[in-house]
Amino acid sequence: MQLSEKHREYWHRNLKITGLLLGIWFVVTYVAAFFARDLNAITILGFPLGFYMGAQGSLIIYVAIIWYYARYMNDLDKEYGVHEGDD
Amino acid sequence: MNTTMSSNQAFFKQLSRYYTFYTGGFIAFVIVVGILEFAGVPNKILGYLFLFATILLYAGIGFMSKTADVGEYYVAGRRVPALFNGMATGADWMSAASFIGMAGTLYHSGYDGLAFIMGWTGGYCLVALFLAPYLRKFGQFTIPDFLGARYGGNIPRFIGVVAAVTCSFTYVIAQIYGVGIITARFTGLEFQIGVFVGLAGILVCSFLGGMKAVTWTQVAQYIILIVAYMIPVVWLSVKHTNVPVPQVAYGYVLQKVTEREKVLNDKTSEVGAKEESVRQIFRDRAAAAEAKLKELEASGPTFLAAEKDKAAAKVAELKAANADAKAIEAAEKAVKDFPADVAAAKAQWKKDADGAKAKAAPVKPHAEAFPAKDDAARDVAKKNFLALVFCLMVGTAALPHILMRFYTTPSVQEARRSVFWSLFFIFLLYFTAPALAVLVKYEVYSNLVGTAFAQLPAWVSNWAAVDKTLMAITDINKDGIVQLAEITIGGDLVVLATPEIAGLPYVISGLVAAGGLAAALSTADGLLLTIANALSHDVYYKMIDPNAPTTRRLVVSKALLLVVALLAAYVTSLKPGDILFLVGAAFSLAASAFFPALVCGVFWKRANKLGAILGMLAGLGICAYYMYITYPFFGVNAPKWWDINPISAGIFGIPAGFIGIIVGTLISPAPSREVQELVDHVRYPNLEGDLNTQGS
Repeated sequence: MQLSEKHREYWHRNLKITGLLLGIWFVVTYVAAFFARDLNAITILGFPLGFYMGAQGSLIIYVAIIWYYARYMNDLDKEYGVHEGDD
Repeated sequence: MNTTMSSNQAFFKQLSRYYTFYTGGFIAFVIVVGILEFAGVPNKILGYLFLFATILLYAGIGFMSKTADVGEYYVAGRRVPALFNGMATGADWMSAASFIGMAGTLYHSGYDGLAFIMGWTGGYCLVALFLAPYLRKFGQFTIPDFLGARYGGNIPRFIGVVAAVTCSFTYVIAQIYGVGIITARFTGLEFQIGVFVGLAGILVCSFLGGMKAVTWTQVAQYIILIVAYMIPVVWLSVKHTNVPVPQVAYGYVLQKVTEREKVLNDKTSEVGAKEESVRQIFRDRAAAAEAKLKELEASGPTFLAAEKDKAAAKVAELKAANADAKAIEAAEKAVKDFPADVAAAKAQWKKDADGAKAKAAPVKPHAEAFPAKDDAARDVAKKNFLALVFCLMVGTAALPHILMRFYTTPSVQEARRSVFWSLFFIFLLYFTAPALAVLVKYEVYSNLVGTAFAQLPAWVSNWAAVDKTLMAITDINKDGIVQLAEITIGGDLVVLATPEIAGLPYVISGLVAAGGLAAALSTADGLLLTIANALSHDVYYKMIDPNAPTTRRLVVSKALLLVVALLAAYVTSLKPGDILFLVGAAFSLAASAFFPALVCGVFWKRANKLGAILGMLAGLGICAYYMYITYPFFGVNAPKWWDINPISAGIFGIPAGFIGIIVGTLISPAPSREVQELVDHVRYPNLEGDLNTQGS
């Protein structure tokens, strides 16, 4: 089993998207919670924003992160020819 | 390959058809029970109907899925489509605590309770990004399997088994406890009997068909629990806002609650003044209890004896004065329950003082983050909130019974999609819980507060009659009107009483109970299977007798399942202390033991055996040590590190685990070529000349 340059590139792109999505995860979780008191000064749909993030906003972003990762990686597999199935 | 794909598609279509019929059948069943209720069948019979019909249903699915194939028994034959694996994971994940307890926690702690909402959903991002696809590619049967293959030798595998069994066992006790409570409440059976009835329900699902049976039952259980959760909340939302989407509509209800909180806390308003009069009474009680504590500190047993005489004298005095029967009864009860010794008196009065103090405090604003008396206290609250979120998230991505589910999908791609579906189905319930909490709060703050005691709504008096810990209401200041400070609501009431608050018939209450039961049973199933598999597959097959034939492996596995289940039910029937702490502890322990070793196993090729051993031991050790020295139960009560609560011990355990791996790895040689190839193998869904680690 020999890894080609292309394989390494695949793994790097995987790490890059993982890092990026992890960054978003970090911001909507910890930064949003850290500044929850300040965010509460803003109102959205009747909710104070800090509360909204914890109760709904961050959750929606989590779902989106996982959805995007699955789509991105499943496409990336095909692009680099490391996908399962009809090869 | 094309034929497997089309057979997968056919299987998916077939499953969709089955579960659509099933959902329709279940709705028809609920309607029939509703008609029976209308015809005058008593509530208790309806409760039994729900209990036995659902358990019978799960048993039926379990029986139809019976199998003698190892692959089917351990990983459901690896052909569970992403969507259905998502539902099964949702049911596996959402326990009695999520279904019944979560909304109550949010009702009581407002923003601070959101740590559980964020922690128990955000953790799936870590599952998706760091673990699920790689574990699926690895494709064996258990989590210790991965540790064993990646780090080599039996020691990492064995530590993995110990950690998996420890955290799953603490967690399963909480589930069986929930099963016992629900059965007891809705059928009138005793708690201990309820536990064993529930146990029968758990075993029929998993005994014959292992993971295959558990998977298909969990899908069925998810459907029941989500329907049961949504109906009352939607109804309540329509009642208060005329919008059938509670998750959107409750923002405006929250505004009203916030306004109401201000009025209740405003001593100059009419309502606020009445609240204040009740709070004053509680302040006096707290002061009295504290004065007694001080005296007790100073003069010990003499003071206790004097107090006991005083209590007895009061009974005599009341009797002599021909006071009303209730007052005499209360005084007699006080004598009867009088603490036996100084230690008991100390505990009792401390509890009284704390309880009264809590009641004397102003209303906590629901949406305010980290409410506290000053900035220092706010910082401590914020720190603990962030730490708890972190531990719950990492713990989510380390609990073996969840990770195991991603071995069951047909491919890596499906595993990735399946994490999305899992979180989506979990999200449906978790973003509804905060809405439910606010809607019930609105009902209590604006409709219950201010009514006359003579005209309490039916749900209040019903629940107060059933269980004082769930609903207690006393006219403290004797003005005949309900004040907020006079109401005590137990967390579990919020979900259990919602159908009645919303004015729905009893059949919906039965449905909610069935939902709670489904949540508890499905989680217990997954956990018991994890424990039994770790023992039978990892300890017996991989470590003791690698040549064991298939039939014997399955016999051992089933025997262990039975033993573990009975043991868990026995421990539960003893009613061990603080359930919520047990659950929290399981998360911190799993996070500290598994997460660093699993993630480094995939993302750091250099990580080796010594590193993994050191990391897992350090993580588990630090986490357990911190809980031991700070959790009051153990009686050490050492000062906390940076004010972090024992439930978040993982905040120290997780870094310790990573440091252990890094240090252990760097002081010993790099892993062998085979291990490095294994890492490449799990990183790429498909490689030419690839290894085959798939267990069969």
